[in-house]
Amino acid sequence: MGEKRIVYMDHSATTYTKKEVLEAMIPYYSEHFGNPSSIYSIAGDSRKAIDAARAQVAKALGADTDEIYFTSGGTESDNWAIKGVAFANRKKGNHIITSAIEHHAVLHTCKYLEKEGFTVTYLPVDRYGMIDPADLEKAITEKTILVSVMFANNEIGTIEPIAELGAVAHNHKVYFHTDAVQVIGNVQVDVKAQNIDMLSLSAHKFYGPKGIGALYIKKGVKIDNLIHGGGQERKRRAGTENIAGIVGLGKAIELATADIDGHNRRIQGMRDRLLQGILAKIPGAYLNGHKEKRLPGNINVSFEFIEGESMLLWLDDEGICASTGSACTSGSLEPSHVLLATGLPVEISHGSLRLTLGDINTEQDVDFVLEVLPKVVSRLRDMSPLYHKSGKEGGCDVQ
Amino acid sequence: MYSDKVMDHFKNPRNVGEIENPDGVGEVGNPVCGDIMKIFLKIENNIITDARFKTFGCGAAIASSSMATELVKGKTLEEAWEVSNKAVAEALEGLPPIKMHCSVLAEEGIHNAINDYRKKHGLEPWVEKNPHVHYHGEDPACDH
Repeated sequence: MGEKRIVYMDHSATTYTKKEVLEAMIPYYSEHFGNPSSIYSIAGDSRKAIDAARAQVAKALGADTDEIYFTSGGTESDNWAIKGVAFANRKKGNHIITSAIEHHAVLHTCKYLEKEGFTVTYLPVDRYGMIDPADLEKAITEKTILVSVMFANNEIGTIEPIAELGAVAHNHKVYFHTDAVQVIGNVQVDVKAQNIDMLSLSAHKFYGPKGIGALYIKKGVKIDNLIHGGGQERKRRAGTENIAGIVGLGKAIELATADIDGHNRRIQGMRDRLLQGILAKIPGAYLNGHKEKRLPGNINVSFEFIEGESMLLWLDDEGICASTGSACTSGSLEPSHVLLATGLPVEISHGSLRLTLGDINTEQDVDFVLEVLPKVVSRLRDMSPLYHKSGKEGGCDVQ
Repeated sequence: MYSDKVMDHFKNPRNVGEIENPDGVGEVGNPVCGDIMKIFLKIENNIITDARFKTFGCGAAIASSSMATELVKGKTLEEAWEVSNKAVAEALEGLPPIKMHCSVLAEEGIHNAINDYRKKHGLEPWVEKNPHVHYHGEDPACDH
């Protein structure tokens, strides 16, 4: 009979590649396969395709076309922005400021630079995951060369005050980088108005292919290369271009930014109904992240008395794809650094569930999750030694 | 990531629940570390006639509790004491390396329940032969 129903609610992890995107890409594998660096005429098709995609990305960001550089994805863009600025400006200073809730692509790059003689300040966040521009102001010293703060957090969905943070950095003549991997298609980006000098993005987060991303570098930013080799990307990023990927990225960003408000109305409508349903149906459930300044598809809730991985396994059994901040799925024994940074108690962090809605979801998906999730939570609570139906004696009774 | 056996014991856990007036109870783990097991034993004439559990934890923790209670049922206390974490993991057709501590927790839960029974009966608690580096309650760093 029919295939098992799959309800995909993990769009912050990755998205499917839209049909129009894939169709735009395919000719660049088989027909227009010429190396853009070659002289013959078929190579010109490849060059033109790259130029067109660069223009699509530039338009979506409010940037100029010659400020867009294609990379292999968000991680490379973050590495390039941070290491590139750090090494190019180390004579000026060795201090970098970032936040406690960054993606590991930023945090581990900063940790590496600490070993190379740089000092890094990790800005704290409030209980909603918000960074205070006043904290940034206080952290800047004469040695500060770079501030890197994510546009929106991948786990709890909190959208940071990027324009304000950028303004603080610029007042001190410090470069400002943002990891915007989660926001393309969800939040209007305008690099000039938002005081952004460098911005990382990745196509597979907005219905494009995996393995392709971009870094916006404002004209005049002093930055070293990360990848050395040939003269591609105006001698800034070596390696034969991933033409099909670049074409896919261009098409995907054009589609994702064509009607952000309309997209958000639809996604946020479903998200809000799902969230309200969860909080109404399941006692001992708490929302993590900010109530309003939040990515439109993001839900992050913690459930008392249960652990996240066992929740995910049961949800998967029902065909629901989600994620958790519990240690048990991270390959380490520590729960999510993001949840801990918001001050959430460790034991509650283990019971977190992230559902990220996107274009694939329907109102029926919301109904289905609202039907399944309460059963899963109650099944696990029934076998939890911390849970007492009176609700008073729980050893994990933390608000 | 998990074997079929682990998934079977996770989805259809055997012996979930509590025993009224248990003869021995063992509780191990820490909510900070993300797993707690509570083991209940019914003991008659030195034989474990029933074993139940309640567990807060990941799939491997629940499956390990289920398997450990299955393995000790019907055994004498001496035999049950010898059921090692390795035996639990093997009976589950293996656990991922990062999840081996769940089987350690199950072994310790059984041991604590047996010693709880021994203490109640004025007997010397048995000593762990191979004390694991673990996190009994006080170690919020979860180093193990």
